[in-house]
Amino acid sequence: MSEPAVASDKLKTTPLHALHVELGAKMVPFAGYDMPVQYPDGVLAEHLHTRGAAGLFDVSHMGQAFLTGPDHETTARAVEALTPGDIRDLAPGAIRYTLLLNDKGGIRDDLMVTRTLTDGVLFLVVNAACTDADFAHIAANLPSGVALERLEDRALIALQGPKAAEVFARFASEAATQSFMTARDLSVAGVPCMVSRSGYTGEDGYEISIPAKDAAALTKKLLAEPEAKPIGLGARDSLRLEAGLCLYGHDIDETTTPIEAALGWAIGKRRRAEANFPGAKIILGQISNGAPRKRVGLLPEDKAPAREGTEIFAGSNRIGIVTSGGYGPSVGGPIAMGYVDTGAAKPGTAVELLVRGKGRAARVAAMPFVEKRFYRGN
Amino acid sequence: MSDIRFTDQHEWVRVDGDIATIGITDYAQEQLGDVVYVELPEIGKTIEAGDEAAVVESVKAASEVYTPVSGEVIDVNSDIEATPAGVNEDAMGDGWFVKLRMSDPAEFEKLMDENAYKEFVEGLH
Repeated sequence: MSEPAVASDKLKTTPLHALHVELGAKMVPFAGYDMPVQYPDGVLAEHLHTRGAAGLFDVSHMGQAFLTGPDHETTARAVEALTPGDIRDLAPGAIRYTLLLNDKGGIRDDLMVTRTLTDGVLFLVVNAACTDADFAHIAANLPSGVALERLEDRALIALQGPKAAEVFARFASEAATQSFMTARDLSVAGVPCMVSRSGYTGEDGYEISIPAKDAAALTKKLLAEPEAKPIGLGARDSLRLEAGLCLYGHDIDETTTPIEAALGWAIGKRRRAEANFPGAKIILGQISNGAPRKRVGLLPEDKAPAREGTEIFAGSNRIGIVTSGGYGPSVGGPIAMGYVDTGAAKPGTAVELLVRGKGRAARVAAMPFVEKRFYRGN
Repeated sequence: MSDIRFTDQHEWVRVDGDIATIGITDYAQEQLGDVVYVELPEIGKTIEAGDEAAVVESVKAASEVYTPVSGEVIDVNSDIEATPAGVNEDAMGDGWFVKLRMSDPAEFEKLMDENAYKEFVEGLH
């Protein structure tokens, strides 16, 4: 029983830091920020509350920026030079999940790109730990006339779960019928916010970008609703794992390609034809000829969780490694994801997970581990 | 009155004759959070003080439980295998992990008593 001692001196804080402390959160360092890992209810209850009602997450540590050019075509091309996503064909108000790639087709980061309603302006949200590197990389590769503006005076919260829409409509009625993967500028209880219908839990919900000065007051209003509770990073991780979603730096990184990561769907059809994104030759080669390994879901057959770093075997052959693993509270048992040799990637394939020196039976499983419940209109 | 001792790794040992019952402290279960899995040793196994006796896992992470005394495993708590949350509910009582027949009772005497452990935990804050 031991936990590493950590100095929390030089950590950054989000605009909601005081609120977390007031709510009794256990604070931990994460990506350079002092963040709530859980509140007094604990990870298990927070996870289940999000799947049953509405969970509110502080994700202000993530990097937000506007990318502004003279028109959509120009700004979108600047993003397309660094990603395989179809950004030019995004409709106004639409959001796309895409990937910043390196020249070998490895993933520098995954990010959300929103075409705002202002012509030529894209809104980017990137991972906290990658923010500085991403924005430096983007800024260094922009054509003249396109500029990146980091938004450091904004908070970002997520409201997720089957009751999220009902709760949020009390503060911004227009949000109720907003389509999945679209964003709108809305007045939320009088505060001008950018509201995206998206998330990282597999549930319906919103991500809400709020001016920092209004963030704590608005968050308190949302939390005063009986269905809403604050949720920490612990449950955020178990929720996204059950939803089969990648955590950057664990399930994807500079050494994994989108094809290996089973993110081929994020490569636009037009982009494949144009073959002009970083690492296109390698990635298109893997689309044609297959990749050597693939990201898959794994379901242990006994109750022992298989954590990140667990080796995966088929007989005596080491065929892969777990990149995220733990206990899925809604699944009610251990779940994991990891990379295996492509020959063993088919759902149902029997494998062994080497946990504490002992091989334990598991099967490759389709993801998500829980049903996705995104808003698809009434 | 049962005699109880503690380790700086937040295990407790309660002794009755030459039988030691081992568990994790209330402080430990609180630090761990919701326990979702427990792995216990085989009955009959001999373990030395400092060896891994069991594994306890929360949603977040796995931790080892080390035995503070040497001996032979004579019983394990199958209730917490079936219902791991029992560790959170009663870490110092029904949430025990392992019973050992001690081979060197002197090891027990070297451990922290209740007051020393209390001071130790207060020093962690």
